[in-house]
Amino acid sequence: MCLAVPGKVLEIGEDNMAVVDIAGVRRRVCLDLVEGIAPEDYVLVHVGFALQRIDADEAQRTMDQLLQMAPPERAADQP
Amino acid sequence: MTAARPPLPRVIEASHGTGGKMTHDLVEHIFLPAFRNPRLEALGDQAILDLPGLRLAMTTDSYVVQPIRFPGGSIGDLAVNGTVNDLLMGGATPVALSAAFILQEGLELRALQNVVAEMAEAARRARVEIVTGDTKVVGYGEQDGLFITTTGVGLLPPHIDWSPNHIRRGDRILLSGSVGDHGASVMASRFGIALDTSIPSDTCALLEAVLTVRDIPGIRCMRDPTRGGFATTLAELSAQSGLTLRAEEQAIPVRDDVRGLCEVLGLDPLYVANEGKLVAVVAPEDADDVLRRLRQVPETRDAAIVGEVTDDRPGHAALRTVLGALRPLDLLPVEQLPRIC
Amino acid sequence: MKYVDEYRDPLGGQRLLAEIRRCPPAGGLRIMEICGGHTHAIYRSGLDQLLPEGIRFLHGPGCPVCVTPAVRIDQAIALAHRPGCLVATYGDMLRVPGSVESLRTAQARGAKVQIVYSSLDAVEIARSRPELEVVFLAVGFETTAPANAAAILHAQEGGLPNFSVLGSHVLVPPVLRHLLLSPGTEIDAFIGPGHVATVVGSEDYAFLPEEFGKPVVISGFEPHDLLLAVLMLLRQRAEGRCAVEVEYRRAVQPKGSERALAVMGEVFEVQDQEWRGIGVIPRSGLGIRRRFAAFDALARYRGELPEAAEDAGEYVCGAVLQGHRTPLECPAFGIGCIPEHPYGPGMVSQEGACAALYRYRQPGPGQGVAQ
Repeated sequence: MCLAVPGKVLEIGEDNMAVVDIAGVRRRVCLDLVEGIAPEDYVLVHVGFALQRIDADEAQRTMDQLLQMAPPERAADQP
Repeated sequence: MTAARPPLPRVIEASHGTGGKMTHDLVEHIFLPAFRNPRLEALGDQAILDLPGLRLAMTTDSYVVQPIRFPGGSIGDLAVNGTVNDLLMGGATPVALSAAFILQEGLELRALQNVVAEMAEAARRARVEIVTGDTKVVGYGEQDGLFITTTGVGLLPPHIDWSPNHIRRGDRILLSGSVGDHGASVMASRFGIALDTSIPSDTCALLEAVLTVRDIPGIRCMRDPTRGGFATTLAELSAQSGLTLRAEEQAIPVRDDVRGLCEVLGLDPLYVANEGKLVAVVAPEDADDVLRRLRQVPETRDAAIVGEVTDDRPGHAALRTVLGALRPLDLLPVEQLPRIC
Repeated sequence: MKYVDEYRDPLGGQRLLAEIRRCPPAGGLRIMEICGGHTHAIYRSGLDQLLPEGIRFLHGPGCPVCVTPAVRIDQAIALAHRPGCLVATYGDMLRVPGSVESLRTAQARGAKVQIVYSSLDAVEIARSRPELEVVFLAVGFETTAPANAAAILHAQEGGLPNFSVLGSHVLVPPVLRHLLLSPGTEIDAFIGPGHVATVVGSEDYAFLPEEFGKPVVISGFEPHDLLLAVLMLLRQRAEGRCAVEVEYRRAVQPKGSERALAVMGEVFEVQDQEWRGIGVIPRSGLGIRRRFAAFDALARYRGELPEAAEDAGEYVCGAVLQGHRTPLECPAFGIGCIPEHPYGPGMVSQEGACAALYRYRQPGPGQGVAQ
């Protein structure tokens, strides 16, 4: 149910199968469950299928949200 | 329903071969009681035979890997390197190996020839000779049909006494390189995960690495983390020393592609097999020296200090996670299988 | 790894924890994380140890392996023993006990079972081995159902006569309703299943705040994701809000994935479903539509398959699954029921509540090595 990994689409074949790179491991991934995917996109891969395109802007926004938080102050915030 | 743990199962299961908890159950409940003797009970990777005028190290291992070929090697490489490394882990200089073959009817001669050639080459590199052997043939089966058992003997210098008993609080844990390579390679071959990128097994003999550091007095013990992975080795050393081998998650090297494969299949690289790595527990004052020398040897150039020995959880290993929490690293109860959840 | 490493770095984790500590929940907060993958991620990172007092995680029923009815396992085993048949399945299913044994122990006695990573691999086995009848034991929530459905479509396109699916598919919202309507349920808030939501969309969970007054944050699976999700729930509590929020915005859209839902809907239809340890929940599962009967193992092998399962002695598996009890309250936990000898699926599946707790917590009796 839950194990899905982000991977980068390298190329898309005629049979709607893409070659996806996951940290240097490449696998053929089926694109039947997504639309509008192009090479260089990142997709979530689950059991050999792309489930969704990863939204780079939203990913950045989540990171920015994190960076706006104050770093922990020494001892005060320690458990 | 608070009965004690169930007794051993009625039949052998695949999980008995993982090197984890169930394998240990077999050793504890079947082999040890029957064969009981002090040398066996030390349960090291090798047995030390103190004989008049010399100290002999002896070890044996069987190789049943499927498929028999994978990127970076074959069962032949494992059969030589694995046994050579077990001798080296005790500090012994490997001298000679025996090789017993069990072949299934239907195995192609060519396949056997290739494996044997690889064994010869591996033996040459490890500076050992294969001096005796045996061959048996069994009925047709659906596997690749080739199993090898190698037994090795080596010479132990008089002053070397490596054992988990010598581990002390404050000792450093050294790891010679990235973890999970071999198991990931085999898994990738099995599940067609990798295409033109193949993860190579890390099988190699650690001869030069061990000889380079052997004389450093602060080395308490060494072990090679084979099946069951790095975490299993830490768990075993913790149990045998009564202390805690505590590793830092951030410090443990993992190749990107091995991580990628493990993420895809849902495996924990800390529990995935290695075939060319060593773990050394070293007194703090000598740790940097050992590290420096290991890094000068090609096979151990990525060596790193990955943790230290504490008494946080006596007898059990622990991992400090990226968030700074401490979680147990225990023996794998059953083999890791790919998962979807 | 891009989109993974950034959410694991220690400094970011420290910031989030500090922020969480500035926002402690008055009266505590009982958070149910529904998805087994979240259970696993929490224990693996140890983040439950680092949260302030009063924040408690309950593990929900989001483990499709755990809730597969025992009879389905029995049926798979029966087919695996059938001459000329091969059962392909996801690795998680191999050790789940049916009424008597698991696929793994059946395999040890000669049953033909093979692990596949993808449903399409099962189709490929059928294509390349026309002499075999391949049965794909397919389980999943809405995350995996589309992939399992696609396999049937591929088999149909390929005109394969030797491929069928033995399915057990379940839906998240009905079991949550069931839980919230059952007595003994004490949940304040939810962490929503991130990958299910990539398929169905976040709007699927609007009923939690709207009908039950429970806030939900749909979370990713990295440590930062979970910490941020906890923080978002704490802020809702502090600000008196109760809504569906999405932490996992890089992957979850409000309406989900149109194509994935379409594929799922083409092959499957909603039906009543038995949940192991819980019972039948109306309209909570997916069945294969009649027009794909040729690919439905239940139709294809009707008459040959075991029907009702004997009671496997479920101990408190069901109660644990629904968060009514913790594994520690099960008399068998860690003693009679351990991963090597699981009584129920909660201990088999790596992210079942029992297995996760057993593996990542203090060692119980007998977890050591021979000394």
